[in-house]
This record gives sequence, C-alpha cells and structure tokens, in this order.
Amino acid sequence: MKTATELNAKSIPKMPASKRKKFSWDMFSSVATLIPSLILLGVFVYGFIGWTTYVSFSQWNSLIPNFNSAGFLNYSIIFSSYRFQSDLRNIVVFTAFFIIACLIVGLFLALLIDQKIKAEGFFRSIFLFPMAISFVVTGVVWSWILNPSTGVNLILKAFGWKSLPSWFLSTTIWPNWPFGQIQIGIPVALLAVLIAAVWQMSGFAMAVYLAGLRGISDEIKEAARIDGSGVFRMFFSIILPQLRGTTTTIIIILTAASLKIFGLIYAMTGPGQQFLTDMPSLNMFQTTFQGDQFAQGAAIAIVLLLMIAIFIVPYLIVTLRQGDDA
Amino acid sequence: MNTLALRRVSRTLLYVVLILLAALYLVPVYVVVVTSLKSNASVSLAQMWNFPNVFSFSSIASAWAQLGPNFINSFELAIPATLISSLIGALNGYALSKWRFKGSSVVYFFILFGMFIPYQSVLIPLLKVLDVIGLYNTIAGLILVHVVYGIPIATLIFRNYYTSIPLEMIEAGKIDGTGYWGIFRYIILPLSVSGFVVAGIWQFTQIWNNFLFAVSLTNPPDQPVTVALVNIAGSQTVQWNVQMASALLVSVPTLLVYILLGKFFVRGLLAGSVKG
Repeated sequence: MKTATELNAKSIPKMPASKRKKFSWDMFSSVATLIPSLILLGVFVYGFIGWTTYVSFSQWNSLIPNFNSAGFLNYSIIFSSYRFQSDLRNIVVFTAFFIIACLIVGLFLALLIDQKIKAEGFFRSIFLFPMAISFVVTGVVWSWILNPSTGVNLILKAFGWKSLPSWFLSTTIWPNWPFGQIQIGIPVALLAVLIAAVWQMSGFAMAVYLAGLRGISDEIKEAARIDGSGVFRMFFSIILPQLRGTTTTIIIILTAASLKIFGLIYAMTGPGQQFLTDMPSLNMFQTTFQGDQFAQGAAIAIVLLLMIAIFIVPYLIVTLRQGDDA
Repeated sequence: MNTLALRRVSRTLLYVVLILLAALYLVPVYVVVVTSLKSNASVSLAQMWNFPNVFSFSSIASAWAQLGPNFINSFELAIPATLISSLIGALNGYALSKWRFKGSSVVYFFILFGMFIPYQSVLIPLLKVLDVIGLYNTIAGLILVHVVYGIPIATLIFRNYYTSIPLEMIEAGKIDGTGYWGIFRYIILPLSVSGFVVAGIWQFTQIWNNFLFAVSLTNPPDQPVTVALVNIAGSQTVQWNVQMASALLVSVPTLLVYILLGKFFVRGLLAGSVKG
C-alpha cells in the first residue's frame, strides 16, 4: 500500500510543469466519474442534513408541515426535557464503558491470538462472528439470556446467589446525584445492554489490534526479550506505545458506532423504565415518527450529528493528510 | 529444564483461557440453537439451558411461516443494492487512487464523511423525498437508499484496494495509448475480483442487517427480515422458541457468507477503520 503511494508521489515531479497543467481527457474522465456520486451525496447527505437543520428551527410539530421559524425553541425544549437529559446521561455512560470494555477485551484477545497458537483462524473466527450478525438479532437473543426470570440468573441461582440481578429491568442509578430533572450516575440497566454490545463489537477491536500487533517488527519484540525485560514491562513500555495509533482508530470508530446505537436498544429494551436505557437515536425515531414532533426530532438528530462530527471530522482530516504525505 | 517446563505450563494455560473465552462467545449460539429445536410444549423458562429431549423442527417451521416473505424482500433488497454500490465504489476508487487531481483528497473527505453520519439526521427529508418520487414503502426505495449511503464505504474499500496496484501498470497502459476507460476495462477490472468480493460481502452484510432504514421507510408486507424479527419478538403471544428460531433464520445468510468467506469479511472490516 505504502509503496504505491510512494511511487505516486515520485512520478509527479518527473512530469514537466507545463504538461501537468494541460487539459487531459483522462483527468477529465476521473472527475467526471466522481460527479454522479458527488451529486447524490451532495443531496442525500449534505442537502438532507441542511434540510433537517432547517426543520429543527421550524414549528413543524404536528402532522402538517409548518416551516415558520421557531428559533432555538425546539433545542431548548429537548434540552430541558427529562427524556433527552436521560439520553445524554445514558449515551455518555454507555459509550465510556463500551469503549473501555472493547479496548480491554479486544487487546486481550489479540494478544492471546498473537502467541503463534494452533488453530489461530478458528479462534479468530469465533471472536469475530458476532460482527456478521444484525444488532437486532443480538438484542432479541440477549434479552432472553439476561431475562431476570431465566437465563443467566438460573445459573447464578444454582451457585447459591441470593439477590439475583434484575439486569435491564433494574431501576437503580448509581451514585444517583440529582442534576437538572434527572439523576446523574450509572443506570444499572445499561449493564445488560453493554454486555450484549461488547459481545458483538469486541471482535472489531481484536481484529484491528491484531493487525497492529502484526505491524510491530519481531526485532523490537525480540530485543526486549533478550534485554531481560519481564512480560509486563515489555507490554507496557514497548507493545502498548506502538499500538497508540491503533488504539486511537478503534476509539474513534467505536465512538461513532456507539453514539449511533439504535437497533440493539430497540430490540432489547426499548427506552426502558424512566428512560433508563433510552438513547438519542431512539428518542429521535419515536419523537418524529410516533409522536409527529418533526421539528423536535430534527433537533435531536442534529445534536446527535454534532456529537459524532466532533470525533469524526478531525480524525478524517488527520488520517487523510497522513495518507497524502506517505 | 525449568524454563521448558514453565513454557509448557504457560502454553497450556494459554489454550485453556482461549477455549474458555471461545465457549463464552458461543453461549448465545448454544441458547439460540437449543431453544429453536424445542417444541412449544417443551420450552420453559426453568429449562432454558437444557438440551431438548426430542428434536423438534416445529419452531423453525413456524418461524419460517412468518418470516418467509420478508426473506424474499431482504434478498431482493440486498443483492441489487450490493452489486450497484460495489460497482460505483470501484469506479470512484479507481478515479481517486489512480487519477488523482488537485482537490481529490477534499473530494475523498466529502465522500467519506457520509459513512459516519447518524442516519437520523437525514431521515425526515429522505422519507419525504421517497414519498414524492413514489418509492416510499417499496424495496426499490430501500435499494436506492442503500446504494447512496453505501457509496462512501464502497469507495473506501476500492480506493485502498487499487492503491496496492502498482502505478507502473497504468503507465504501461498509457504508453500503449490506452485511455482512462481502456485502462479501467483491460487492466484494473481483471485485477478487481477480490476487491469486489470484499466490498460485496461487506455491503451484503450491512444491508441485510440494517434496521433503521428498514423500519423507517417500509410497512408490512414490504419489510425486510430484521423488522419482521423485531415484530415477532415484540409480540406478547409468540413463544421464546419461535423467537429464537426467527433470530437464527435471520442470521443464516450473513453467517454462511462469514463462514465461507471470512477472510474477505475481515478485510472489509479493517478497511472500515479508514487507513490512508
């Protein structure tokens, strides 16, 4: 991959400057190839985002469109609502735990698999297969495994566990500090959703980490070993720093996936009691298409988009720039 | 001698941990398969983990009776949408990797951003536009939607793939007097088979598994399987064995693809992490 870009970079200065500026049918074709896609994405992505933004500032909160300006009213309505405040708490808690768990589990699995083991492909396939399944399947299946009256609780009961967890039906928030209209803390019900989400997505972290580990030269690993460094010392002072870029990539991609999470919640718990498992994506869907509050739904969608763009835009710019320099 | 023994112990421990973790990841598979093979009469909350006494295919038959038509919808959606978006991706990837012009990285950014947006931010206009052009609540409408929003990832996969084709091959084509389209047709396309496999598998999986567009843009009976599954699971009257059998059926096509062509699936997965 790298060699090709290098070749690319080298071949440009070879050409005389005058020749580069000349009109070429080939270059024209290259641009022309991209134009249909650019028009489609211009309309369906950028145009529609603009349209949604416009709706979010309108008074369209019934079945009949009403584009009279409402200023920031829809935004102030959602930010002061119990449900959206709950969503923000949930999405922050969920994303933080989801990322940490996926990083730890993914790195651990990748390290195990990288030990030149037998049947490597077999193990890798098992840890990765949930990625090939729909989030709604995961939601339906795990809602049964973690159903408080059966599933995992049967096993815990067999081990003599006294107070069985109520999983996604739990109404506990810990530590439960009052803030605005809601209680700040970790909704215990989210733990059940987290287990399902980590089961599904940790394989992604594993695969990316494995690619990263394979990129570290054996000499570096060998040098550390001869040096007499212990396993842990070697891991923290040599392997982990080498994986910094890989970790950033995983964090960004999983953050984007986590903030968007929809199917899993929809199929597994829905908004939950007191909106303890609700998310902005689900709130937007129900507000818009079941509540017919189009302008408020649009406002939620735009807030969600901004949350994701904060992570994605700098990441894309940096990555693409690196690609150009290579 | 000691180091050798220590090594043997640590190797054994390594495999024990791996096997335990693998078993843990397969728990949902066990639950789904075992439950799907129980009949209505023998499914009970208390015996969830038990192996079925008698294998019964009645749950799977009952799930199929409900999901069958939606299966056809999903195939009618996923196959054309996968083919079209892969083809567009190949054309874009070729232009962006082999004929870079001033501003092509800006264009690339413009395309890629669409991959990360939460689709809620385009859903209201999308619904209205599909309604106006008569494609709301149709499979054709969903195909259009998945083709358009599949352009970024398909472009990314092919751009990365074509970057690994040496530029000399293009130069050789130019010397022979072959132009942009000739080089694509006679040099690039014959080398693209595994690129199409990677993009095709990725797109098929994503489109088959998609729920948000499906639930927002279609009503029964035109819904894909994912929506049908959620409807079955959400209904109070459907037993757990039928729910699990439905979950199993919905996963069969993508799992088959994964088992048969897993190597290419992983390449699509890694491409999704946008490496320059």
